[in-house]
Amino acid sequence: MFEMGTFARSAKIGAALGALLFMAACAQTNPDGLNGGAGNAAPGSGQDFVVNVGDRIFFEEDQSTVNSQAKATLDKQAQWLSQYSRYSITVEGHADERGTRQYNIALGARRATAARDYLVARGVNPSRIKTISYGKERPVAVCNDNSCWSQNRRAVTVLDNATN
Amino acid sequence: MSDLPSVARLKSRVAGMFAACVMSVGAFLCAAAPAHALIEIDITQGNVEPMPIALPSFTAEGGDPKLSADMTAVISADLKRSGLFLPLDPASFIQTNMGVSTTPRFGDWRTIGAQALVSGSVVKQNDGRLRAEFRLWDVFASEQMLGQQFYTTPENWRRLAHIIADAIYERLTGEKGYFDTRIVYVDETGTKDKRVKRLAIMDQDGFNVRYLTRGDDLVLTPRFSPTTQEVTYMSYAGAEPSVYLLNIETGQREIVGNFPGMTFAPRFSPDGQRVVMSLEQGGNANIFTMDLRSRKTTRLTSTAAIDTSPSFSPDGSQVVFESDRGGTQQIYVMNADGSNAQRVSFGPGRYSTPVWSPRGDLIAFTKQHQGRFMIGVMKPDGKGERILTEGYHNEGPAWAPNGRVLVFFRDTPGANGGPQVWTVDLTGYNEQRIQTPAFASDPSWSPLID
Repeated sequence: MFEMGTFARSAKIGAALGALLFMAACAQTNPDGLNGGAGNAAPGSGQDFVVNVGDRIFFEEDQSTVNSQAKATLDKQAQWLSQYSRYSITVEGHADERGTRQYNIALGARRATAARDYLVARGVNPSRIKTISYGKERPVAVCNDNSCWSQNRRAVTVLDNATN
Repeated sequence: MSDLPSVARLKSRVAGMFAACVMSVGAFLCAAAPAHALIEIDITQGNVEPMPIALPSFTAEGGDPKLSADMTAVISADLKRSGLFLPLDPASFIQTNMGVSTTPRFGDWRTIGAQALVSGSVVKQNDGRLRAEFRLWDVFASEQMLGQQFYTTPENWRRLAHIIADAIYERLTGEKGYFDTRIVYVDETGTKDKRVKRLAIMDQDGFNVRYLTRGDDLVLTPRFSPTTQEVTYMSYAGAEPSVYLLNIETGQREIVGNFPGMTFAPRFSPDGQRVVMSLEQGGNANIFTMDLRSRKTTRLTSTAAIDTSPSFSPDGSQVVFESDRGGTQQIYVMNADGSNAQRVSFGPGRYSTPVWSPRGDLIAFTKQHQGRFMIGVMKPDGKGERILTEGYHNEGPAWAPNGRVLVFFRDTPGANGGPQVWTVDLTGYNEQRIQTPAFASDPSWSPLID
């Protein structure tokens, strides 16, 4: 939870700083004792994708519009995926807890689809992309205000065949 | 002879599970008193003054006095939890050692304010079975209202108590009871960001909890079949989240249909032959049915929107569902073939999870407004909206089979918060929490067990 909390605040500060903090948080639990900044992730690795590209975008309440900040992240994802074409991906759509269960499952699907469509428009082959919605079932932040709910309204790009 | 229909119903209901355990009740039938002399509860009124009822512990007649006392306690608890009855303190009873064959001294019961009196006995026979008898007395008319006798195996004692409570409820309210029923729900353990969810089933009073899945896969929104021992629910077990069927007796599980996308929000049709659900494709959700015998699928809606939470009217002619086709979640009613969809919710806020009453007269829903989550009911044309309960988060109503009580879940905020299952009367009174071993959500009531 501490790691999540750290990442949570960083998400607002900015993607790059957030990535650094997330990296630091990860390093605390890395059994290999890897340490250091973002630059140490092996290019083309799953860690590289999460740290240097950013694996998630965020949405406004009850919205599935890809905003400018999300577009910037997805642009980087598309570029990275074109460089490392061995990966296929699953885009996971999520909703915050302030909605009803069935609608949130559909809303998560809408968000995953919006991210998928944007990646496809940026040249990622649709056959490489699956989507899934978890609705409100998998929050990453569990406090009781918008600072947490805003992190849960997300689409996360997961590398299906990452080796690390 | 006005008692006969109810006795016959009970006999036929009991016969299924208790295998010819019911003897003739002829000896217990008495001449029906004139209707005007009988006490009764009008449960169509809000905030009913509960009827004082005396339930002296059933006698054991040389058997197991603890079992007799336990059965009496289950009957008493059922009646009390309904909000319609006030079981009186046994310490106030003047006439003691009240056996099933004892003629009440009605004056003694009137003195302590009892309007109804139940006497009974539970005897373990030489063949190992239990024999339970009870009589329901109208204290003011000094008359017997009902007398019945049952046989069953000892492990069924709680069910038998619920059946007796149903008989008392039905005789005094004129409505079918709902105590001999079960609730299927989702058991939740683990931290909020890593919840483990299992399908679970319990008696309506929270006892006899049994787990139907192991927690390996995320499972959501179980719904009882109205006709079989089956549950339909959503599971993330396969490559794609899908609607499944589970036989709760055999444990057999199957996926419902072969749809090109995620399916969710399932519910049975009133005849149990079809499942209605949502199919997600390209970010839109539309409503389909699948016939469980022919496997034929039928599309009911076709919108670039989220159409979900479908629920049939009890006559099967219409489907109520939620849609954001107009911009926000609202409730719509359409014909069962998908034609003539009409919006019926027009109040402030968002409306979701509609579910049609088994009596047909009302639709229950979740409503969100100004950060609050409410459970309410409205007529099928959207008129007469009433909010039954309101708070931080109330969601997902489901009806008791008699259409008088709703079960729903209430979530609490924060990292350590979680959902619990509650019931509320149709009138909005008598909120009761059902105790569960862990957090619990997505409750769905069984039909009366046949």
